[in-house]
Amino acid sequence: MKLIADHLVYEYNRGTNQVVRALDDVSFVIHSGELLGLIGHTGSGKSTLVQHLNALLKPDSGSIYYDGADVFEKTYDRKTLRARVGLVFQYPEHQLFEETVFQEVCFGPHNMGLAQEQVDELAYEAIRRVGLPEEIADQSPFDLSGGQKRRVAIASVLAMKPEILVLDEPTAGLDPRGRDELLSMIVELRRKEGISVVLVSHSMEDVAEYVDRIIVMDKGRIRYDDTPKAVFAQYRALEEMGLAAPQVTYILQDLKAAGIDVNAEGTTLREAKETILAAYARLRGSGK
Amino acid sequence: MGIININKVTYEYIRRDEENNVEGITTAVDGVSLAVEPGEFIAILGHNGSGKSTLAKHINAILYPSEGSVVVDGMDTREDEKLLEIRQTAGMVFQNPDNQIIGQVVEEDVGFGPENMGVPTKEIWERVEESLKAVGMYEYRAFSPNKLSGGRKQRVSIASVIAMHPKCIILDEPTAMLDPQGRHEVIRAIRALNDVEKITMILITHYMEEVIYADRVFVMDRGKVAMSGTPKEIFSRVSELKELRLGVPQVTELAYELKRAGVPLPDGILSRKELTEALCRVFGK
Repeated sequence: MKLIADHLVYEYNRGTNQVVRALDDVSFVIHSGELLGLIGHTGSGKSTLVQHLNALLKPDSGSIYYDGADVFEKTYDRKTLRARVGLVFQYPEHQLFEETVFQEVCFGPHNMGLAQEQVDELAYEAIRRVGLPEEIADQSPFDLSGGQKRRVAIASVLAMKPEILVLDEPTAGLDPRGRDELLSMIVELRRKEGISVVLVSHSMEDVAEYVDRIIVMDKGRIRYDDTPKAVFAQYRALEEMGLAAPQVTYILQDLKAAGIDVNAEGTTLREAKETILAAYARLRGSGK
Repeated sequence: MGIININKVTYEYIRRDEENNVEGITTAVDGVSLAVEPGEFIAILGHNGSGKSTLAKHINAILYPSEGSVVVDGMDTREDEKLLEIRQTAGMVFQNPDNQIIGQVVEEDVGFGPENMGVPTKEIWERVEESLKAVGMYEYRAFSPNKLSGGRKQRVSIASVIAMHPKCIILDEPTAMLDPQGRHEVIRAIRALNDVEKITMILITHYMEEVIYADRVFVMDRGKVAMSGTPKEIFSRVSELKELRLGVPQVTELAYELKRAGVPLPDGILSRKELTEALCRVFGK
């Protein structure tokens, strides 16, 4: 286990009469190399939770253990933790500020106090890891397309060599191809380098397609922590939380209700296609 | 005569380096002609950088064409003295509600537009009430906007535009930052305003599912209109859309894949209901 969140409680406006309990006894683990989806409606506590993972916020009670050490201990090196757990915020391209892509990507490793030579190496490597051409290094980040800017922002976090990469809505505002390309890049990173990824998303289709495990947040609590199939089987409960299942799951449910022999647990396009085609083959085989 | 007439519009801008030297010219919109009839629901699709937002900003005179003209309800957007009237006729809703909400209280935000237009106080209150009711936000009138969810904030933004009694609303990716519930609320509000109030809607989006309710869809690529037609026509052209970096709703893609694998299904299936019914016919259920 890479990271353990243990009974986290966090309240906004403490000491006033408008206390909001943003995290209410939240416990879970992030394993090495896993791709974890985090879903929940706006205001469910996702972003508050994410900011605890690298100790940007300190819980009112409970704690986070990273590689077995309590990150809120007085003597814990939280600066290094922030390099180990890389956070990419929503619309990260709004935070770009350097004159060139290269300088932008150097910022993190430079702040870690590494030697310039090492910083340069990490920066070029990070630019390559997000699939950008090296020539782009000398350009201004502001001259790039939306999808490229977002990759630069991710590269600037990757340059610190995080072991856990947390992405808050990384595909918001990108066109469908841009969404697919970015998510494929993240899946590749995780496959090749074994880093853990936490994907915060509002797209149920993307989560169903890409992640191994889903955590569902609602009103500051974890409501489900399970495989996509098990979570989306609870689509009625998800709807009450302002979420939904992928479109194909609804179709499979409709077909099953109409008496067609399909496996209604499917959550991805491929699974839906396979089970419908299998049912169709049986229909043809039975000579109807 | 349409409510919006875009006539051979080209928009070019000069790119400069840090020393202000000209690096080149970018043509963001390239000879686009498009006419929208009153009461239509139009959707514009296109990948990032295809020119769709640039085109939209021409409709309420945020940008002016380098060549060609844009005429909104009979007014050429280049007539400076018509600027306010054009912006009242064609209101705009942007992606991030936090960038366009200014009031401390919901009803104050919605009243801001009509107040600026010099509408008498009593009528302002009437407009605030009717606008908030139109988007289902009246019960939140006394709330602070920053305490609302994304979907509710975006509906307040839409109410603030409606309060100026526009004939047309342009929405530039209004749901990009919202969760599924918020997206659903906003799209429902847009459809209701189009159906009931007959307000012309121009919706720019990256979510293919939101487009299926439109009367006509335009797909932009490299500043030009690459495809146009009804949602059914557009979404029957799956491979072309993919070449343009776009997709189709998941339902349509599933239907397309099943058809390719030999299941006899019609083209251009858009909704869950259509696909389920078509499959039930195939299976004799």
